[in-house]
Amino acid sequence: MSYLTDAPIDSATLMRSVLRLSDGAAIVFDGVVRNHHDGKQVESIFYDAYRPMAEKEIEKVVRAVEREFPVVAIAVLHRLGELRVGDVSISIACTSPHRAEAYEASRAVIDRIKKTVPIWKKERGPNGEEWVGWQT
Amino acid sequence: MKVRLLLFAVLRDITGKSEAELSLADGTRAADVWQLMLRDYPRLAGYSQPPLIAVNENYAAPDTLLREGDELAFIPPVAGG
Repeated sequence: MSYLTDAPIDSATLMRSVLRLSDGAAIVFDGVVRNHHDGKQVESIFYDAYRPMAEKEIEKVVRAVEREFPVVAIAVLHRLGELRVGDVSISIACTSPHRAEAYEASRAVIDRIKKTVPIWKKERGPNGEEWVGWQT
Repeated sequence: MKVRLLLFAVLRDITGKSEAELSLADGTRAADVWQLMLRDYPRLAGYSQPPLIAVNENYAAPDTLLREGDELAFIPPVAGG
């Protein structure tokens, strides 16, 4: 299965894909395009990726967090391309028999994805556009 | 030797290309290619840090020796999520 998509994300369907009869908790984290960044207005974000490597790096994050929280089942989907304010850019579903592990795993997955996965975003607003994270 | 260079995000915008085939001398290391990029695209020198490096879809050290057929990519600071 792919961790990347060009289509809108259906978080509920993603969550259902990992929900088991033994689960009593399902944590869904959605990253959403917001209308501002660093004091600037944002209208849309273009997400670019080194796709095959991004798939592998997300896989590494998921496998590592699954090893740390063996009772948790994890699903991740990151959207690429042009997204508008309010669109879901990433959805992370963590299910487990009890809530504590699912909360922790969810946080670990998003924090690590933000550090290692080769995905980039260009923010577009009324005053122009800019790749985030690498400033002159 | 021939090496395939992939360019993403800000690097694609600055160079105007998404990939290039490089002919390199044996013994060329990944970081040497970044020096070639700086020579060809002086605008890159304005960025605060050299990008991370990936060889064949895995993060690699700057001194990694390149080999015939390798796929090299420079990874600017990532911003997924």
